[in-house]
Amino acid sequence: MTATVADAPAAPAPSVLIPPKKFGPSIALGVIALLSLVIFGLGTASGASTTFVVARSTDFVHLPTYTAPSRLAAILLSLVGLGLAGWAAYRANQHRKVGIWLPVVYGMAIMGALLTWAGAGRDATSIQITGLLTSSLFLAVPLVFGALAGTLCERSGIINIAIEGQLLAGAFLAALVASMVGNAYVGLIAAPIAGALVGLLLAIFATKYWVNQIVVGVVLNMLVVGLTSFFFSTVMTENGDLNQALGMAKLPIPLLSSIPVLGPVLFNQNLLVYILYVTVAVLQVMLFKSRWGLRVRAVGEHPKAADTVGINVNRTRVRNTVLGGAIAGLGGAFFTVASGLAFGKEMTSGKGYIALAAMILGRWSPRGALAAALLFGFADALRAQLGAIGSPIPSQFLAMFPYIATIFAVAGLVGHARPPAAEGIPYKK
Amino acid sequence: MKLELRGITKRFGDFTANDRIDLLVEPGTVHALLGENGAGKSTLMNVLFGLYDADEGEVLLDDAPVVFAGPGDAMNAGIGMVHQHFMLVHPFTVAENVMLGHEDVRGPAKLLDLDAARAKVREISDRFNFNVDPDAVIEDLPVGAQQRVEIIKALSRDASILILDEPTAVLTPQETDELLGIVKDLSAAGTSVVLITHKLREVQAVADTITVIRRGKVVGSAEPTASQEELASLMVGRAVSMLVDKAPAEPGATMLTVEGLTVVDEAEIVQLDGVSFEVRAGEILAIAGVQGNGQTELTEALIGVVNADAGRAVLDGEVITGKSIKDVLHSGIGFVPEDRTEDGIVATMTIANNLILDVHDKEPYAKGLALQPKVIADEARKHVEQFDVRATSIEQTAGSLSGGNQQKVVLARELSRPLKLLIASNPTRGLDVGSIEFVHKRIVAERDAGAAVIIVSAELDEVVALADRIAVMYHGRIVGIVPPETDRDTLGLMMAGAHQEEVA
Repeated sequence: MTATVADAPAAPAPSVLIPPKKFGPSIALGVIALLSLVIFGLGTASGASTTFVVARSTDFVHLPTYTAPSRLAAILLSLVGLGLAGWAAYRANQHRKVGIWLPVVYGMAIMGALLTWAGAGRDATSIQITGLLTSSLFLAVPLVFGALAGTLCERSGIINIAIEGQLLAGAFLAALVASMVGNAYVGLIAAPIAGALVGLLLAIFATKYWVNQIVVGVVLNMLVVGLTSFFFSTVMTENGDLNQALGMAKLPIPLLSSIPVLGPVLFNQNLLVYILYVTVAVLQVMLFKSRWGLRVRAVGEHPKAADTVGINVNRTRVRNTVLGGAIAGLGGAFFTVASGLAFGKEMTSGKGYIALAAMILGRWSPRGALAAALLFGFADALRAQLGAIGSPIPSQFLAMFPYIATIFAVAGLVGHARPPAAEGIPYKK
Repeated sequence: MKLELRGITKRFGDFTANDRIDLLVEPGTVHALLGENGAGKSTLMNVLFGLYDADEGEVLLDDAPVVFAGPGDAMNAGIGMVHQHFMLVHPFTVAENVMLGHEDVRGPAKLLDLDAARAKVREISDRFNFNVDPDAVIEDLPVGAQQRVEIIKALSRDASILILDEPTAVLTPQETDELLGIVKDLSAAGTSVVLITHKLREVQAVADTITVIRRGKVVGSAEPTASQEELASLMVGRAVSMLVDKAPAEPGATMLTVEGLTVVDEAEIVQLDGVSFEVRAGEILAIAGVQGNGQTELTEALIGVVNADAGRAVLDGEVITGKSIKDVLHSGIGFVPEDRTEDGIVATMTIANNLILDVHDKEPYAKGLALQPKVIADEARKHVEQFDVRATSIEQTAGSLSGGNQQKVVLARELSRPLKLLIASNPTRGLDVGSIEFVHKRIVAERDAGAAVIIVSAELDEVVALADRIAVMYHGRIVGIVPPETDRDTLGLMMAGAHQEEVA
């Protein structure tokens, strides 16, 4: 044998494995940005201008109203979109992934171009930037809570399709209890209990009886719809005092709320939104930096490995599913007490499923869930805004945008979005 | 620490996996637990490790009886286990895997102390020359390194008894030698090692004491100086010959030509990378290699279970890549899949129906829409007799048969068509010695009848015994095709990726 042989095992001839490059998503992004350039950019009359109102008159700092030449602004924003598509293609060429920031920034750029185009030449109306961002955040609240719930459950290996039901149960109990006590804040305590109960049912069926988790989740959603609709049309209708429209006041944080633009958007909200900030931050740290988080992720990836080092797999899963349910339930309070509305039948209208999409787009991390939910919230707020200024595009089409974005993102733009390996598989000893 | 098992009995339904087993492991020794696949070795260790509850018997550590409710208890008592299938969380780093379950925390927020875990990994890795980077992600590591991580995991919990369950099944011969060296170092450092294996060479190399298990019972113990034949006959219960009786091959015309076959999996990893070779009628080409180096993808691409992303395969002048699986089978290929219970049989169906899976829509088994039960039953009886399937009736479900008999059903089905090419993946994995001899004989008979044969096997012994030529695969490529007389060291180097030219 020669010397080459002796070295061989230590440094085996590196076989270069080159996977095929996936350009599909970046091409799609490029095409949409091009369309945006042609329709929103070049399609705008050259003399028109769009007025953006950055601050409201009630804000502490008064900012001037900006009037931008519509054509130029829309073209520039579309070019930003094109540039991002190019970046995505460049990364794909290098077999590297792009961060969650890319689809978010891209979405906002294209949406901005659309806004500019829609607002062009309408002297009577202006685009309310602060208002748009504020309502983006507000509309994202139930999605963030829902996506956090999904993240917590799936990281431990339980698929939680019942987020919709947990939101609805939370909304219902929050309204009921708050009305009985006469205090909206008590609703915030009741809501997570309702969500946790739904989560507990899911956990029991999934870990004790090994029922298919998706089926249980869908059935639980139906169950909650049925129960809440029943009580709504009986108890709540007979006695209106049990379903009052109670609201929670905005609590501006001193100083912080005076920051131009961002201050009123982020720091002049009600208690539920502040709870949201804390929940996202705490979960982000706990999931990735704490003993609990390490164990939860191990259980979701390789439950048997967790078991062999003495971690109780099913107990971890039950705990996470109940906690997730509680968080989704708290998010449900958004629909009633946090919005100042009374409970209405099926008032969550599919937000729980969108939260699942946000969870996937956010790649099973609390931070990502927040970013994805904000994108969806922004699209939702935009639809409202365009409706208000009279957009040439039917609002239903606009409403589809975030979901189309999700499909692209999930299809591989954000890289191979990999769910926890053991999700949906019951752990049987 | 001294470990003693007394009268351990474990039953699964009617099946007794462990029957009153006694075992004594002295401190600082290497104790080999030798037995065939399915003899009950792993069950015994899972009982010891707290994964199963024993029906009878007791475990004693340093003469004090202990009861383990789960693996956590066993670990706290100082027992570490390296499972045959590694218990590592793939997206985690080495340090995270090692700390999992007994994490150090620091600071007021009690967050994970990764630095402590890294230091621990480095310390153990340096002590035994493991060469493991604490920040490497498990899924990027080769199996040999993953196994060392498992050992670090056990040692980091101060395990004084280390159980290794079939540790060399996934290793190259060189990695195996390294591991055996580690085992010696560990026992020299005072750790008791229980080595579960069916490989005689390993036992002879490192064991201080040998206990042989057959069909769930201890059938004897042996000294490490015992010969392979002695150990084998103890393990199997009768004298065995380790050789396959076959005449020299008389290769005919080229039957199968594979050109640049490439398979890329869902995760965009190239599993099969431009593989080209030929097999002639009347010869056995054995494909050697450590599991997971593209062998599965090669066989599945040939049969059409996975689509080839590039390249083609030509069988007797006919391109088979791109055809439906049914057409491929009917063009004269027999296929014995590597996982017989998953892919070879339908466990809940009867033996008779399993035997006609590939021809159920053909005359005489079916006429129009109706199956012909009488024909099917007659045919099944014939096959069962011919292939010596030990079953009470042909109406018995295939899943209720033993592994060897299931494999005979698969062979009976696949060999009942006239074949141009037989592809068999690990055809004797998990079979008892008697069945192995039978399967080997049938494969050689198929060759002598003029079929081209491809055998994929992770067992070097089987490869050497059956092959007329050996192709060695590494990382989705064939690193070389060599004659069966090639020595084991050379084959081992090729399995680790060294090219044939370098070796020769």
